[in-house]
Amino acid sequence: MFLSLKVPSTFLLTGPNFLYNLSVVQPYGYELKPSQRLDATFAALANATRRAILARLASGEASVRDLAEPFAMSQPAVSKHLKVLERAGLISRGRDAQRRPSRLEAGPLAEATEWLADYSKFWERSFRNLDTLLEELKRHHKERGRAKRQRRPK
Amino acid sequence: MKSKDTFKLEPSGDREIIMTREFDAPRHLVFDTLTKPELVKRWLLGPEGWTMPVCEIDLKVGGTYRYIWRHAAKGAEMSLHGVYREITPPERLVHTEQFDQPWYPGEALVTTTLVERNGRTTLTCTILYDSRETRDSVLKSGMERGVIASYDRMDSILAELAAS
Repeated sequence: MFLSLKVPSTFLLTGPNFLYNLSVVQPYGYELKPSQRLDATFAALANATRRAILARLASGEASVRDLAEPFAMSQPAVSKHLKVLERAGLISRGRDAQRRPSRLEAGPLAEATEWLADYSKFWERSFRNLDTLLEELKRHHKERGRAKRQRRPK
Repeated sequence: MKSKDTFKLEPSGDREIIMTREFDAPRHLVFDTLTKPELVKRWLLGPEGWTMPVCEIDLKVGGTYRYIWRHAAKGAEMSLHGVYREITPPERLVHTEQFDQPWYPGEALVTTTLVERNGRTTLTCTILYDSRETRDSVLKSGMERGVIASYDRMDSILAELAAS
């Protein structure tokens, strides 16, 4: 179920693409609050084509035309998906007016993965606490049972 | 097998996540730890540093619960609330779940069942999300291969940050 709001404004300031972002693209996603950004990230990821585009970009930047080809999609359709990804901060786009190559941005994805890892960790950790608590309750129960038996008249 | 090795979290059908865990205790005790606020706030804490200063439970069908977690060092707070739909001690509990922070859109329905065998209890928690999209986002967004490759890069970045 839940998660901590980690990552960090420090990440945004120190990530390797920070300077690039600042000078070349409008880092829209980074202007959202962390929880809103996570929402935008998950919404953007909840689409198979967009995940496939991200997978493609993981091996290097690509233009709209590069992306349209393997997906058998029109360039406007790809552009729409790229807009969603850009809004979520998952990709950035170069300035070159002709190509506007898209590239993967690490920040929001890292937050999303951390969220997922935390989800599982949260429960594992809590359940371990519960083991300890249950041991204590069992002991308590036994002692109460013993006390009752001793009080019982013979 | 140690109880702590039995934790499993996996997708089921289109819209669910199923979590299972075994406990070395009879189920009436496990049921208590899920429904009595003084017990819930002692274990449902996740990672180090979190406490649950608010834990309100109105254990009746239609009754609500509200949990607030705090991490003093990080100055962070999280809260969750929901409504009980079914209460069958000591074997079944159904409630809604909604975070005040938008971790995922909408509300989830959580069904918890407890099965006891030789004094040990298996807890099965089924979380049903509004849509397949939400479930997939929660569970495995970005698990596609290419994206995982990029995670490797991010891992090292995050490790660096954690160390600094």
